[in-house]
Amino acid sequence: MTEHYVRDFQTFASNGAAGAPAWLREIREGAIARFAELGFPTMKQEEWRFTSVAPIAETRFTLAPAAHSPLPAPAEVERLQLGAGPRLVFVDGGYVRGLSSLAGLPNGVYAGSLAAALQAGPSGELARAHLTRLAHWRDSAFAALNTAFLADGAFVHVPAGCVLAQPLEVVCVATAGGSDGPKVAHPRGLIVVERGAQAVVVETFASLGDGVHWTNAVSEVVVGEGARVEYYRVQREGRRGYHVATTQSRQERDSYLGLHAITLGGTLARHDITTVLDGTGAELILNGLYVLGGSQHADHHTVIDHARPHCASHEFFNGVLAERAHGVFTGRIIVRPGAQRTDSKQTNNNLLLSTEARADSQPQLEIHADDVKCTHGSTVGPLDPTALYYLQSRGLSPETARSLLTYGFAAEILGRMRSADLRDRLDRLVRAELA
Amino acid sequence: MTGNVLLQIENLHATVEGREVLRGVDLVVRTGEVHAIMGPNGSGKSTLAQVLGGHPAYTVTAGSIRYEGKDLLALKPEERAREGLFLAFQYPVAIRGITNAYFLRSAVNAIRKHRGEEELGPVEFMDALEEKLKLIGWDDSYLNRPVNDGFSGGEKKRNEILQLAVLEPKLAILDETDSGLDIDAVKTVAQTVEKLRRPDNATVLVTHYYRILTHIQPDIVHVLSAGRIVKSGGKELALELEERGYDWTREPAPVA
Repeated sequence: MTEHYVRDFQTFASNGAAGAPAWLREIREGAIARFAELGFPTMKQEEWRFTSVAPIAETRFTLAPAAHSPLPAPAEVERLQLGAGPRLVFVDGGYVRGLSSLAGLPNGVYAGSLAAALQAGPSGELARAHLTRLAHWRDSAFAALNTAFLADGAFVHVPAGCVLAQPLEVVCVATAGGSDGPKVAHPRGLIVVERGAQAVVVETFASLGDGVHWTNAVSEVVVGEGARVEYYRVQREGRRGYHVATTQSRQERDSYLGLHAITLGGTLARHDITTVLDGTGAELILNGLYVLGGSQHADHHTVIDHARPHCASHEFFNGVLAERAHGVFTGRIIVRPGAQRTDSKQTNNNLLLSTEARADSQPQLEIHADDVKCTHGSTVGPLDPTALYYLQSRGLSPETARSLLTYGFAAEILGRMRSADLRDRLDRLVRAELA
Repeated sequence: MTGNVLLQIENLHATVEGREVLRGVDLVVRTGEVHAIMGPNGSGKSTLAQVLGGHPAYTVTAGSIRYEGKDLLALKPEERAREGLFLAFQYPVAIRGITNAYFLRSAVNAIRKHRGEEELGPVEFMDALEEKLKLIGWDDSYLNRPVNDGFSGGEKKRNEILQLAVLEPKLAILDETDSGLDIDAVKTVAQTVEKLRRPDNATVLVTHYYRILTHIQPDIVHVLSAGRIVKSGGKELALELEERGYDWTREPAPVA
């Protein structure tokens, strides 16, 4: 099942993507070889025991031509933007300048096409210094496949001390439902926020059209010393979309990263988030929400790697599962030898709104230091009848009480988002999903 | 001066998980009154409070409860609340993700809507809330916290009293609201109840301890034992219970 991707790669490498720098061509060759070696994961593998990717492996997805015409209408893209600030728009993985809007960015910030940045100059050097360094394509077939087809993507570079006043949004649109069969796109993001800089970045994934398609995304987020980053990732693809993603971050000393991952769409979604606290005093908020219905399946695998002492990580993932939906959460926390005074807290709460809904929650703690504070907890269950009664006893109807308690699961996660405008917009999006 | 009958309980029997806990409770509460119901653990105090609130786990097997002349047992918990009955929970429930302000406003508006009054917007509601907060000695930081989530035991009880003050019920039932509180918090509870006392409302204080009665003047004190009210009297009865314990209330008083 990997052969046709290898064949497609040969075509890709000899055609339009041949203009890439030699170092990148070399990485791609390595990545496709690694993908062929690893193959698609199976449920026999521990990391995949609750999620079958057979529907992806067994479908013949061909590489979506990047940014092909006809392009979506600007209004279709604008409604996917959460705020009103600058935006980078990608259609099937390719940058579309005509739909993007970069007004209001401070001088010195690079925000645009990775392909263009790689052509030459200082931004090319910057991209080279970070690209593919974090996302472990040697360990993951999906990251390897994305890397093999790496041609374009979003590149955001915020230089030292620079403050982005408005959220910068990356909108990744997949066109789905064309007559020429299911397509796969491999969107790529590279976000580098240098020392003492501050930025809010949003990545949104959405489908245009309701056909079968596959998004295989990889994003790398680098947070420099003392930098403060809020990174929002919103997956709202169509109900026939397959979505596999790897998000990888690395934080230097005294930095702050708020990583918010919202999963609303897709028929089958898998999101691997790996964060490394690689400098003393770094702080991470890893905040996730999945709201699923129908026969949606979403699997979140998170790894928080405490590599240095005096770091704090607070992870909160909530799931609201209706009908026959299935949510999977695996949260691994690694405390490396010497990472003393680590303060790590993880919770995963799952609300089952039907007897057919299902949630699997697995915390995994690997602690190799002795002076640490690590707690974890998870819950899976229906609405608490005592809480329902409590709300009724204050005059609320059972229907209002139920919807309030359900919304509370989502609101708990939304409440940790620091950008009020984005939070309000996401709140409306989530409420619409719950209604 | 006596008020109108607000609550009339007759021969109330109730079970929980198949076990009979209330075995013939009779009680009349009139407007303007404060009643204290005291009794040892397991006497049925909390069951009585929960039956009044309408907790689905409790089954009434005999007897009747009339509230303002209506059959209270025919009303759902939310209908009881909208009709002006308030139960302060012994163990208030945490509601994740929902702020206290939002919760309180939802409760107020559910009742206003029922009365045919206009619902309050967030800003008007906040204005109305200011003085209520002062009553219990809170700043508005508590309003933006999720309901009872991460609250200490004392904060949860104060939050019940805040709801009491905001909802201004006709009949308030306080289920051991004074338990587990330090003396200052007990005083706050007592003072709030006294301040909210009006000729047209009533309070039933279910309590295990005499302590709160040093700050509240109950009109009638009842002793609940083995599911029945076995004695009723004035405040001196509470004092007697404080000094002698509950044992003597179980048997008929020895003949001198």
